[in-house]
Amino acid sequence: MNVLRTILILAAAFLVVFGEATCPLPRHWLGAQVDLLPVLMVYAALTADLLTVSLLAVLGGLWFDALSANPLGISILPLFAVGFLIHLWNELILREVSFAQLVLGTVASASVPLLTILLLLTAGKQPLLGWGTIWQWLVMTAGGAAATPFIFALFDWSNRALGYQPRVEPSFRSDREIRRGRL
Amino acid sequence: MFRKNNYLALGAVTLLALLVLSLPQRVTSHFKLALGSLFLPLFGLAGTAQQLPADLADSVLPRRELLQQIDRLRRENDQYKAMVVQSAAIAGENDRLHALLGWSQQTPWKLRLANVVMRDPANWWRTVQIDLGSRDGLRENLPVLTAAGLVGRVSVVSYTRSQVILIGDPNCRVSALVDNPSHDMGVVSAGGVLDTALVDLTYLSGGASLKPGQNVFTSGLGGIFPKGIPIGQVVDSRPVEFGLYTEARVKLSADLGGLEQVWVLFP
Repeated sequence: MNVLRTILILAAAFLVVFGEATCPLPRHWLGAQVDLLPVLMVYAALTADLLTVSLLAVLGGLWFDALSANPLGISILPLFAVGFLIHLWNELILREVSFAQLVLGTVASASVPLLTILLLLTAGKQPLLGWGTIWQWLVMTAGGAAATPFIFALFDWSNRALGYQPRVEPSFRSDREIRRGRL
Repeated sequence: MFRKNNYLALGAVTLLALLVLSLPQRVTSHFKLALGSLFLPLFGLAGTAQQLPADLADSVLPRRELLQQIDRLRRENDQYKAMVVQSAAIAGENDRLHALLGWSQQTPWKLRLANVVMRDPANWWRTVQIDLGSRDGLRENLPVLTAAGLVGRVSVVSYTRSQVILIGDPNCRVSALVDNPSHDMGVVSAGGVLDTALVDLTYLSGGASLKPGQNVFTSGLGGIFPKGIPIGQVVDSRPVEFGLYTEARVKLSADLGGLEQVWVLFP
């Protein structure tokens, strides 16, 4: 388990939730706030272990709900469902390819709000829904998709800058050396 | 693909989420406040960062302009003082008439200024948080307004911050009165998702005679909002349920999209 990566992901989730609550610009310009937690979940599911995915789902969901009128804990399950499924398939996904990141960001950003609204309706809450919700959903999906490659690039850079680089084994091995004679 | 650790994580997170969701309302609101207080240092930093350019601009403002502003504010202050004296005389006369008729006296409301510190990060709620809390005497269901009109009501109160549900959220319904000859009454409920300036005025009587531009005020019914706070103006109306009742769209007087400071009304 890479502790630094886990800490960075959780710190980013904290800042993302705070930024979404205090930055009104996307809402003014596009009519919807873009949620970056699903994008972080995609990154965590592809590069970190299941404990990090679980921690991100629980803490990210709780932080988001604490600043929102959502019932506390409602965002945990949608985030975890997306992270868990991606993590199950992470060995088959080309995580370095930008297109794969974009597709996964799209799927995650589209499904997390849908699952959350479904849970809210199941819990008997009355969220503000209407035809405009489709536009908001499209903005959230497109915004999340566009942000995914940037988030990957940012985390890769920060991991390189802050973490220890893996030691590259030299090709020379003394036990494989061919000892030559005089001739 | 499904290893033991996967099952464990799936079970643990699901169980935790269900546990948190099933907690009683009082406990979850305490949890919410505790978790929200983790963001307080960031709120402080953001506030300082926002204040910095304003301080910088103040320090380079020419003295002549400051003196002009002081002069203008002094004149405005004198006008307001005259208006206060006039209002006091009218209020006194009103009280005397109330006493003569045997009506109950209206207690004056107090206002307290609050800064909007954050908005709901979820797109499906319309709430904001303000920097006043229980230490400032706030409690649930106090009306919140701007100089233009009604904004909403206080829904959750913590020690230093409070959550305000804005008009247009499905959880903030306001009994309203249209300023027309028939004084039609209805309920302001949720409006459009994208346009925060428009809300629906529902449950108006079938024969309501609404015209665009008519003012809408709080009716005073319901026990939360006092009578006479401006809400907005009628945009259009249409009969609903085969003319059984009428529904209207109301353009809010207060700009909910650009809220920075609001007034909390204390009884």
